[in-house]
Amino acid sequence: MSYISKTKNPYRPYPARLDQIKVETEDGNLKTFRIVLEDEREREAWNHNAGQFAMLSLAGKGEIPIGIASSPTEKGHLLFTVNRAGVVTTALHNMREGDRIGVRGPLGNGFPVDTDLKGKNIVIIAGGFAFTTLRATLIYMLENRDNYGKITVIYGARTPGMLLYRDELRAWQARDDVEMHVTIDREAPGWDGLVGFVPTIAGEVAPSPENAAALICGPPIMIKFTMPPLEKVGWTDEQVYLSLENRMKCGIGICGHCSVGPVYVCNDGPVFTRSQVRKLPVEY
Amino acid sequence: MKVLKFDRKGMGKWLARLGEKGNVYVPASSKEGKTAIGWRKLESAEMPPVSPGVPARPVKNFLLPQPEVLFRFSTRPGKEDSFIPREPEPGQVDNIIFGVRPCDARSIMLNAMPYENDPYYQARMEHNIIIGLTCGEPCSTCFCSWTGGSPMGTDGCDLSVTELEGAFMARAITRRGEKLLEEAAGIAVEADHDAVEGLEKMSATAVAGAGSGTAPERALRERDLMELYNAPFWQDLAERCINCGACTFLCPTCYCFDIQDETLHGKGRRIRYQDSCMFPLFTLHASGHNPRGQKVQRVRNRFMHKLKYFPDRFGPLSCVGCGRCVRDCPVNIDIREVMGKLLAL
Repeated sequence: MSYISKTKNPYRPYPARLDQIKVETEDGNLKTFRIVLEDEREREAWNHNAGQFAMLSLAGKGEIPIGIASSPTEKGHLLFTVNRAGVVTTALHNMREGDRIGVRGPLGNGFPVDTDLKGKNIVIIAGGFAFTTLRATLIYMLENRDNYGKITVIYGARTPGMLLYRDELRAWQARDDVEMHVTIDREAPGWDGLVGFVPTIAGEVAPSPENAAALICGPPIMIKFTMPPLEKVGWTDEQVYLSLENRMKCGIGICGHCSVGPVYVCNDGPVFTRSQVRKLPVEY
Repeated sequence: MKVLKFDRKGMGKWLARLGEKGNVYVPASSKEGKTAIGWRKLESAEMPPVSPGVPARPVKNFLLPQPEVLFRFSTRPGKEDSFIPREPEPGQVDNIIFGVRPCDARSIMLNAMPYENDPYYQARMEHNIIIGLTCGEPCSTCFCSWTGGSPMGTDGCDLSVTELEGAFMARAITRRGEKLLEEAAGIAVEADHDAVEGLEKMSATAVAGAGSGTAPERALRERDLMELYNAPFWQDLAERCINCGACTFLCPTCYCFDIQDETLHGKGRRIRYQDSCMFPLFTLHASGHNPRGQKVQRVRNRFMHKLKYFPDRFGPLSCVGCGRCVRDCPVNIDIREVMGKLLAL
């Protein structure tokens, strides 16, 4: 027996298996990993909010904070869509189905889907591979459809082949209870959908700010240019939710790596309203 | 309050007796009056030479050891337990640390605030018993009274020892401290009324000493965060800094850490060790983006964390006034000056 309690150790990853690996994008740099916790009790006790993240733990390589792409309503497994960028993500991309991995979490706050967002019209705006936790959020909202008003999704990527979750996008486009605006940056052969950057499309859609909240995830430059067209039609900073990212180690608000002024992205976030973010130093 | 009086020889005998209960560490001074480098294990019945001020290395190294093993695991694939992290085995012996100055002792308590739910730090708290040694003479770099401490302070101590007229008075602060005093039977005598009164008088006058009552943490908590962040002097201050990180490793209240995995011959361990926000790697994203890529951002972050962010969240400053950063900064950056500038804004 160790002097550290196994059940109360926030650094202990749950052993899990890579159940399925799917290449998401045409450049092969994004893969979605379906992960199943090995222990049945831990699997059943797992409970997260849309917008939370977890540490993916590769013993011998390290840990990476990744947003949970599966909705809390998808039971039995977890989904993580991971861009190959550094040491751990590269090692993860080289793993095979059936391999063992560790999952530590869920961590962070997530979107307030059961509190502040309830009863509101929802506008989801995403660019590139930042769609992951918003996929979780959208599925959660569609599963609890009566709790929300109109749902509008604006999602863009560079090319059709860089869009995530393409089968699901098609299925959502066929539904009449969610308004989908899927766009790509430039004309491409075989693409008959919208063409234009996310901020441009957001300006054209001009969603009403009436009793509404916007959840925006994407590269900083996209967020910067998406705000003016929203502000033009009356949106305020209190209505806009952003999810921040920073380098992280502990994930529980101690180690200091992800601090943005007085807040820890891992513990106080990653979700903040834009008005909260504007009171912070620009260290994200 | 139980107070025992030791003579110099008796103190050495008692420390040697405590050696049967755990590892006794004392400041490692080469001779009386010389600043100790760090801490050494006491091997014989002796009262170590005591020098004014703090040892070069802070007491945090006992609580945030370099490194702390979080887990061990096998990296041989295909086995039932491959890559499953196991918590480290027990076998931790108690450390009894003698000669911890009130500033250092207080740092243990302050660091325990962010580490409240950290089982490794909490276990270290349980296994490190602190025998404080109050300060008779301050150093030119000391400023504990400014930060809410006192040269006679007992925060974070299990026992507090004061040198008084050639004798050593030991006060029990916690139940653990009381237990250690029980080991002094036949070595020390119960302090008489006059001695206890003298001790109380010292504590009272020490609290009223230089810098006390200024409560900079209260003044800084009331200030607007972004106003302090945007102060004009950060750039000037940062130009001098060479980002060596000495201040963060010597600081008893710098508690940031990194986690890394190490593997060798099929065995691995996940370790954590002290890290420094002075280094650009501390915040570097895998994409190449760096939120605190500029030196001025890192210098500002360290001071703002100690003097504003930490007080806003927990109350006190994350500084105990030990003066190590003042003493050992190669370019003479002085946190007292920074505090003064922030308060004067």
